[in-house]
Amino acid sequence: MMADDHDGTTSGEAAETAVEKHASSASPGVAVERADRIPNPGFPPERLRVTDTDPAKERAAERTVSGLFLLSVVGSVLAVVAYFAFPIVEGDPSTIRLNNLFLGLGITLGLLGIGIGAVHWSKALMHGHELVEERHGTRGSDETRAKAVEIFQAGNAESGFTRRSLVRNTLIGALVATPIPAIAIFRDLAPAEDPIALLKHTMWEEGVRLTRDPSGTPIKASEVTIGSAFHVIPEGLTELESHKLEEKAKAAVLLMRLPLDRLNEREDRQGWSYDGIVAYSKICTHVGCPVALYEQQTHHLLCPCHQSEFDVANHAEVIFGPAARPLPQLPITVDEEGYLVAKSDFTEPVGPSFWERAL
Amino acid sequence: MRFTGWAANYIDERTSASTAVKTLGRKIFPDHWSFMLGEVALYSFVVILLSGTFLTFFFDPSMTEVEYEGSYVPLQGIPMSVAYHSSLDISFEIRGGLLMRQVHHWAALLFVASIGLHMLRVFFTGAFRKPRELNWVIGFLLFVLAMALGFTGYSLPDDLLSGNGLRIIDGMIKAVPLAGGWISYLLFGDEFPGTDIIPRLYVLHILLLPAILVALIGAHMVLLIVNKHTQFAGPGRTNDNVVGAPVMPVFAAKAGGFFFIVFGVIVLIASLFTINPIWNYGPYDPSPVSAGTQPDWYIGFADGALRLIPPHLETVIFGYTWSWNVLIPLVGLLVFLAAAALYPFLEAWVTGDKREHHIAERPRNNPTRTAIGAAGVTFYAGLWAAASSDLIATHFRLSIEGVIHALQFVTVVGPFIAYFVTKRVCLALMRKDREIALHGFESGRIVRLPGGEYIEVHEQLDDYERWKLVSYEEYQPLMVRPDARGRITARQRVRASMSRWFFEDRISPVTQRELESQRH
Repeated sequence: MMADDHDGTTSGEAAETAVEKHASSASPGVAVERADRIPNPGFPPERLRVTDTDPAKERAAERTVSGLFLLSVVGSVLAVVAYFAFPIVEGDPSTIRLNNLFLGLGITLGLLGIGIGAVHWSKALMHGHELVEERHGTRGSDETRAKAVEIFQAGNAESGFTRRSLVRNTLIGALVATPIPAIAIFRDLAPAEDPIALLKHTMWEEGVRLTRDPSGTPIKASEVTIGSAFHVIPEGLTELESHKLEEKAKAAVLLMRLPLDRLNEREDRQGWSYDGIVAYSKICTHVGCPVALYEQQTHHLLCPCHQSEFDVANHAEVIFGPAARPLPQLPITVDEEGYLVAKSDFTEPVGPSFWERAL
Repeated sequence: MRFTGWAANYIDERTSASTAVKTLGRKIFPDHWSFMLGEVALYSFVVILLSGTFLTFFFDPSMTEVEYEGSYVPLQGIPMSVAYHSSLDISFEIRGGLLMRQVHHWAALLFVASIGLHMLRVFFTGAFRKPRELNWVIGFLLFVLAMALGFTGYSLPDDLLSGNGLRIIDGMIKAVPLAGGWISYLLFGDEFPGTDIIPRLYVLHILLLPAILVALIGAHMVLLIVNKHTQFAGPGRTNDNVVGAPVMPVFAAKAGGFFFIVFGVIVLIASLFTINPIWNYGPYDPSPVSAGTQPDWYIGFADGALRLIPPHLETVIFGYTWSWNVLIPLVGLLVFLAAAALYPFLEAWVTGDKREHHIAERPRNNPTRTAIGAAGVTFYAGLWAAASSDLIATHFRLSIEGVIHALQFVTVVGPFIAYFVTKRVCLALMRKDREIALHGFESGRIVRLPGGEYIEVHEQLDDYERWKLVSYEEYQPLMVRPDARGRITARQRVRASMSRWFFEDRISPVTQRELESQRH
């Protein structure tokens, strides 16, 4: 285990003999083992560093190293000084930047001083010769392995692990069964409801007004001009006591008005729009990001997460990107006061697909 | 001095520490710049632990809704989770809090990056070969854990960006056949987003995952000591020795110093450059999103995989939905990662080489492996670039469709191109090495012979320099031979064709005979 110092002349031979000595019995597989390989020339003559030959250089390196260590002390002190000298003043964000900067620079100096100093010490001043250590096969010696086998056999004989097969097999059975409660007790990670049913409904229902996100003020059909897009939430969402974000994550809607000649409506969705105003789920059918980018010239919706593109003029069908399905449409109309309201909930689950979605 | 002696004796009489010092104190570590990549990973992890511990003293993972009352004016009065509020407080109210947040985040980015580069170094030099296959697998698990730790940590501030990240995870989980909806429901403790996910991720992030990571790092280090470090071929270095600096004092000083350098550089970056300015994003809300958002770099390949899938890939079979647009990237990435984890066993099977290997190979000397690695890197790079497809499009004024199509090409066809180009380059470099080993290098000295002829003098390498060029392993394709019962099994045939694929094109190292005949 002890490493030997080497010099260029003798240990080259030693290196050669090492190859011979350990010419292993393990199969080389398809490796080619040539007899006339070029032999290992052994260690080259060592090259001395300037600090090895010039005492003045050595002293200079010594001064540099201790200078760096001293610089580190200065840095650590400066960091503490900066901590107090650059306090965070409320209402003045620039003080945060200064605190961050000078505290950080002080710590940096403290760390780099030690780091560069230590590395320089090791490279310029510490004994620079390469040392050699023999490797030994990783495998235990035959003797050791025989001992290990003996121990296992003794363990087996003394316990009767293989002989008493009933004991062994019931133990294995018991061990397999013990983790089952650990899986079962995780059931209460979530409330005792069927999540699939929850995924299929949103807050929208007949007569619920379309309101602005996030203020919650209702929207008149006359306010929706061509080219504009409204981020919409159902009325009452902002007053919810609980599950506000959960409901919003399903009910968020985009509202746009298209010129009537551009709007291409499906036969079975006649009456889902109002005077060119259409409402689509804002939750991407890919993995659920908000499809928030509306291009008013082309009437395309773009999901900023994975760039799925939906064509609002053609019932929000997918024209590019990884999404598979069109955005679900929310059927809308106006109430007697002229406010936009939903005619019903979405007729299909919104957001990303799930196993039971189409059932 | 008397105190040191007394203390050493006190400890040794109780711990037998002298045995450890005797076995490890003068252990030899070979030197090469690429060996420092793993060290960077280790040291940045220490920085992560230190800065992360500081952050836990101030961070509150609760998702209870509160109104912001801190000093950052644009967000005052806005409802947000306690988690986001406390993250803002760490940034704006606590001296050094922003610095530690940034140190933590930068160190995490560096941690995953250095693990990745370390893995590439190990792969391309064949340092995963026997007896180090298991340590490769442990290292692979560390890489996956590092990404998991990164993602859980990224989610904790509960800002708009990280919330959208979780939304994507939720969408991917929901696509899992049979149980996706249920898994998501149990994970989030409710419908997405619920009020449980941040505390749960917090426990994973600061307790469970780090505990596993530390245990695996321990195992990684123990195996490193047992196997001893690989070294590059060089004069005097053999498969049976280790040449380098002893732990005490040179390696300890270098490595210890290097820890402080890594730490210092991380703090320097953190004091100069903002990372993850959560105050710009606002609290999580499922409705708004900002354009041009990016995940942390190491999640990019997964996000990119999601982006590259062509439209409309979903089928409903007997009423059940198969979301191929999510399942293909998910399974594809798992296969990619599994292939990386299992590669050492594949190569060992193909070569049938059961010897121990302690000499790190030069990548060129194993052209097929290097080409496979280049193909893998290209595949990863295509996915990774795709995570920035929108930014690439806006920065270079290209259409998003064009960028996606180009990156689909890079990801699908690119690996094949990379494979062939790399393999040819490796073989060419080996030929050049052979040429130089045999005939020397061009000295640039032109000599006019008495007959008027001009020649350029070639200068021979000395033995030490030549050794680096000629001391590599050579393999030949497996010949199919009938086994003891006179049969040729299908397994044999597969192995033979794999072996042909690996070693059909090969350049033999210069032999002593060739060298001598050249000299006369």
